[in-house]
Amino acid sequence: MGHRTYASIPFFDGMQHIELLSQYLVAGITYGTIYAVVAIGFNIIYNATGIINFAQGEFVMLGGMTAVMLHTLLPLPLAILGAVIITMTVGALIEIVFIRWLTSPAVLRLTIITIGIAILIREIALALWGTGVKALPYFTGTAVTVISIGDVHISPQVLWVISISAVMVVILHFFFTYTLLGRQMRACASNRDAARLCGISAKNMVTLSFVLSAGIGALAGCVVSPITYVQYDSGTSLAIKGFTVAILGGLGNSMAAIAAGLILGILESFSIWVMPTAYKDVIAISILLLILFVRPSGIFGNVEASRLKEF
Amino acid sequence: MCMCMVGAAPGLAEDTIKIGAILGVTGPASFLGAPEAKTLEMLTDEINKKGGIKGLKIELIIKDSGASPEKAISFAKQLIEEDKVFAIIGPSTSGETMKIKGIAEESKMILISCAATEAIVNPVAKYVFKSPQNDSYAAIRIFEQMQTMGILKIGVLSSNTGFGKAGKEQIEKLAPQYGIQIVANEVYDKEATDLTAVVTKLKAAQVQAFINWSIEPAQAIVIKNARQIGLAVPIFQSHGFGNIQYVKAAGPAAEGVIFPAGRLLVVDTLPKDNQQKAVLVQYKKDYESRFKEDASTFGGHAYDAFMILVKAIEKVGPDKEKVRETIENMQGFIGTGGIFNFSPQDHNGLDINSFEMLTVKDGKFAVLAKQATKKKK
Repeated sequence: MGHRTYASIPFFDGMQHIELLSQYLVAGITYGTIYAVVAIGFNIIYNATGIINFAQGEFVMLGGMTAVMLHTLLPLPLAILGAVIITMTVGALIEIVFIRWLTSPAVLRLTIITIGIAILIREIALALWGTGVKALPYFTGTAVTVISIGDVHISPQVLWVISISAVMVVILHFFFTYTLLGRQMRACASNRDAARLCGISAKNMVTLSFVLSAGIGALAGCVVSPITYVQYDSGTSLAIKGFTVAILGGLGNSMAAIAAGLILGILESFSIWVMPTAYKDVIAISILLLILFVRPSGIFGNVEASRLKEF
Repeated sequence: MCMCMVGAAPGLAEDTIKIGAILGVTGPASFLGAPEAKTLEMLTDEINKKGGIKGLKIELIIKDSGASPEKAISFAKQLIEEDKVFAIIGPSTSGETMKIKGIAEESKMILISCAATEAIVNPVAKYVFKSPQNDSYAAIRIFEQMQTMGILKIGVLSSNTGFGKAGKEQIEKLAPQYGIQIVANEVYDKEATDLTAVVTKLKAAQVQAFINWSIEPAQAIVIKNARQIGLAVPIFQSHGFGNIQYVKAAGPAAEGVIFPAGRLLVVDTLPKDNQQKAVLVQYKKDYESRFKEDASTFGGHAYDAFMILVKAIEKVGPDKEKVRETIENMQGFIGTGGIFNFSPQDHNGLDINSFEMLTVKDGKFAVLAKQATKKKK
């Protein structure tokens, strides 16, 4: 009896090319949004300080880990809120302790400091939580819950990631365009000295940028953790992809990060269709190199605009 | 420095016996090294509390290699030349062990590895032993199971690590012997965060089952993604899946996954007359009450390596040559990994029955029932 059981599942015969294509597309969108949501955090600190914060991935990890820890005591929304607040506090502390008191620091020096901070956070997380793999529960349903459109299946968590990223980008846009605080941050970003002359505290704005990107990172960490899981060292690999996407879109531009994330994710997904999976990252990195050669300011970056460091 | 000098002096060597260990306590193999180191510390304390081995207190020197072969080499030299240890337990990974196999053999240093690759003991090196089951046994058990289920066309996934690569090679080598055809064979990055596209490829290849061979979180991600896209075929995993945290992470997607593993994972459900039961229950109880975390088969490999050494020293005293000979001829040693029967040709001593086929049922590991396989779906 056992011999033909699996071969004769009729569902395989009905599998259409177009459905396969859609399934890869869905996979690509999933990858892409995860990358994009990490990339946005890079952009905010870059805009405020001109540095690449290599501890961004660690913010993502911290958010996820803290939320998992809090979730043992609190309901999910409160655990996520708590995790975001705690990570924002950590972000503020990091800026105040390591960066604020430096007088006219060079960008390179700051960047190296963030590498040190990343290692520090990782080791503390290792001591606190050990090497275990953790995850928040799926926001809707379980790991096997899917929304099916024909033969294309999508996890509700992917929809959560997409919608939360979208809401985040819209809120950020309004914050930077219409609020006084947001406009002060932009003023500092485009001309620090002039902003200072207008009575804006540039130092406070830098602190704020760390708080914001820590919060965004933490929220990203919470939303993606059911999909990707979280571990003391999982920040690094997410940060690399997020960084690639931030560069690809043009550093500093959050809308472009979303578009670039989707492009990279979908390309990676389709590369798996036609080539061995092992080449997935070759595709991603080749595209990055190509962009850096041909358009150093990113696909959507404008050379002039990138000098202005507009949000 | 002074400590080393004193330690090396013959005067002190009489009431203590130094045992070295090279383990990947931190880094990518910490899921192996950390429980191994804890196990050794626990056993050393226990034995010393009872007065040591033949009146000799054990002095345990653990070196954290972080799974780096280069570090393993320098630690091996340090343990042999400076610390002048009696024997070395470890390393945790196959790559490291292969790098120091020659060093141990040259310096006539007993080395009992906690890594699985068959090459560690084949060809046999006089002074080198290992406690985990061979990789190939895991693959053979999987293929035997597939035969009983009538599976002929499979997909193979593995991560780009030493563990993944070794498993992939064994699978490719053994599949034809069981009449099983590999129709999709994919290697993914060990840090992969979503594998939907990879499993879609398996679905397109119309596999009847697939094997995943990795030790990273990816092994939980892959089963989740497979179920999400509606790939409803049986999923086989390696013995690396024997870590309950991955089952927890994958939730309902982990149900029904089939994998070979040591019996430690299912000790509660073993029949009373199982020879290993007493050893397993004791180890699990001691480890879990001391460290407040689940015991793993990996810590068990360190238990076996250490206890084999201790048994041999107890029998013939702290004489390296005699101890080596005793280990080589040890019969019927009941460990956590199985029942060890060493010989001059076999420095592992375990057979294929040391692996049990397990599955996940209601979020827990359980022995795969023979009848259940036929009824399934």
